[in-house]
Amino acid sequence: MSDRAKVRVKSLQEWLEVNVWGLLIATALVLSVGGLVEIVPLFYLKGTMEHNAFPEIVWDKAGQEPIVTVDEAGKEQWNWQPGDGVRPYTALELAGRDIYQREGCYLCHSQMIRPFRDEKERYGHYSLASESMFDHPFQWGSKRTGPDLARVGGKYSNDWQRQHLYDPRALVPESVMPGYPWLDTTAADPDRSLRVFGFTLWPAGTGSRMQRHMEGLRHVGVPYTDADIAAAERLLDGKSEMDALVAYLQVLGTMVAFDDAKAYRE
Amino acid sequence: MQASLEQKYNFDIVRWFTIMAVVYLVLGAAFGVYIASELAWPFLNFDSPYLSFGRLRPLHTNTVIFAFGGCTLMATAFYSVQRTCGVRLWSDTLARFTFWGWNAVIVLAVLTLPLGLTQSKEYAELEWPIDILIAVVWLAFTFNFIMTIAKRKSSHIYVSNWFFLGMMIMIVYLHVVNSLAIPVGLFKSYSIFSGVQDAMIQWWWGHNAVGFYLTAGFLGIMYYFVPKQAGRPIYSYRLSVIHFWALMFGYVWLGAHHLQYTALPDWTGSLGAAISLAMIIPSWGGAVNGMMTLSGAWDRLRTDYVLRFLIMALAFYAMSTFEGPVMALKSVNALSHYTDWTIGHVHSGALGWVAGISIGAIYHLMIRLYHTEMYSERLINLHFWTATIGTVIYIVAMWVSGIMQGLMWRAYDEYGTLAYTFVESVDAMHPYYAMRAIGGMIFLFGAAVMLFNVLMTVRKSVVEGRLQQARALPAMA
Repeated sequence: MSDRAKVRVKSLQEWLEVNVWGLLIATALVLSVGGLVEIVPLFYLKGTMEHNAFPEIVWDKAGQEPIVTVDEAGKEQWNWQPGDGVRPYTALELAGRDIYQREGCYLCHSQMIRPFRDEKERYGHYSLASESMFDHPFQWGSKRTGPDLARVGGKYSNDWQRQHLYDPRALVPESVMPGYPWLDTTAADPDRSLRVFGFTLWPAGTGSRMQRHMEGLRHVGVPYTDADIAAAERLLDGKSEMDALVAYLQVLGTMVAFDDAKAYRE
Repeated sequence: MQASLEQKYNFDIVRWFTIMAVVYLVLGAAFGVYIASELAWPFLNFDSPYLSFGRLRPLHTNTVIFAFGGCTLMATAFYSVQRTCGVRLWSDTLARFTFWGWNAVIVLAVLTLPLGLTQSKEYAELEWPIDILIAVVWLAFTFNFIMTIAKRKSSHIYVSNWFFLGMMIMIVYLHVVNSLAIPVGLFKSYSIFSGVQDAMIQWWWGHNAVGFYLTAGFLGIMYYFVPKQAGRPIYSYRLSVIHFWALMFGYVWLGAHHLQYTALPDWTGSLGAAISLAMIIPSWGGAVNGMMTLSGAWDRLRTDYVLRFLIMALAFYAMSTFEGPVMALKSVNALSHYTDWTIGHVHSGALGWVAGISIGAIYHLMIRLYHTEMYSERLINLHFWTATIGTVIYIVAMWVSGIMQGLMWRAYDEYGTLAYTFVESVDAMHPYYAMRAIGGMIFLFGAAVMLFNVLMTVRKSVVEGRLQQARALPAMA
């Protein structure tokens, strides 16, 4: 350091050019402005989430009553009906969503309908921010190599979805979508914990994989009841990954009953 | 003189990163050609989970961005910081750790992504244990860089180092915030953010992975290597100062333009679009600064193939930094969003600008690191033309297909109903997807030629004993 020539500094810019720590701090400050201004308000401005103005968008019993319970005979009892509002995904739907993430579906399918006439006619009502409030991470996508899936739920039968996932070109000859035949033969919730001599090394705790996933989501604010998590084992019993993915696709866009007379967003 | 540099500076680390950058360029482009071909000829998915488009696409983006881009940045940053500061790297050990750590990240990416282990956030797919490794290695890289500047012999910090430094700080911000997640398994986690906030944070990361990692960092390369290769000082000091501060302040805001007309509040998207438009000025200022450095020496483009790469890269930089703000405008975005136009725009930046400036810098480095001429000048020329033609074919195909998609989706017939089903638009894309794959193949061929040329140059240097000689000479300075 000592053999560096002394400089008579003539401006702030020059001071930064001879002082790496000053340059570091100045740059770090300048770099932080844009992110702070654009991101932080989204967490507290009421206008960001439409359910602040229209509370009916969110299921009023979320976090208080289980979405669905399954009795010993395997019979499902639903406390939520389509149109009742946004709720967390059931264990089966969440397993399907995990597969959707794993297979990179979001790379070719968006889940975000824009407020244009053609998109309304093609896909349905424009998407609301509140509709993805329990989506960790979001699945809006950025590309439509295939169509938008935000409201695909109920548009096709379960059988159609299965066949299409198994072999897309059998139903849509022009499609460029890959086939996913392996989903049919893989269990939706295998026990993949790492055990040595009966000791579970990873992960700690009990319960199936999907129960751990639901508990993780509850930690970051998704309102699951204990009964929702308990229902996972029976909901997933004997289900394949194909069942799970189809269950996820069929719930997309069915949660909110829209009123065309209302302007949910400016 | 040249030889004594081997003792003074740590060139070994630069050599390792340089060679690996070329290897990853070929690999990343090969993955790209494969997935482009899958979209043109979907049988190539072979009904296999490990080959399906959805799993290989992140492998392609991670290989080109983090493997090729990362190794190039680390090679050039480590080289130019030593040369501009006149001192050896602060720590050789930390530099070695950076090399092995970064390559470990890449190996883990190649293993985990085809297995479907992903956070499903674009360009941040790698799961949380790998994210932690990335953070540690990146901080080691950054710290070594800063400490090298701190002990420099030169009085002022040269402009290329400002850009590298800005890039390093911003990547720390972006990587840490965007990767915050709750682990629920060894290779499974969920983002702690959801919905609209997660979307904004993701695209704050997504655009600045481009804006800082792939732009600010590579502008650092431009500010060192263009004047060096041209043998002239940078055109304007003032322009560099404006370019730097405007870029640091402005680029951060652009992420919001990826979410126009979505459920993101209007004010955020509009802010993103407004600043995007303003960014044309510093971007073009930078491009002009690089190109005008050649003023008075334009004739060298006829003979200097390396300079051709650097200048062509700046032309692509100017083109895509004009195209980007145009696409950020709401009315254009309504058409271009969700289409192949975006893919074309990214590749005019990635193939034309990032790869172009990197390739130029790597050829410049090869000669100096191996103390010999390149194995073949003609092969550099061949590489230049294949890279340029391949890139142009690629982006033209994507312009046509992207605009066509956008227009078909919104077209109405005379009865007021939608004119095309979605799948008709997919069908119409086929020729352009095939054309894109061919453009990619031409680019890949050029990259393979480069790898051959580079390896033959290393061999030549070893056979001629140039590197050994250079290492044996005593230090002079």
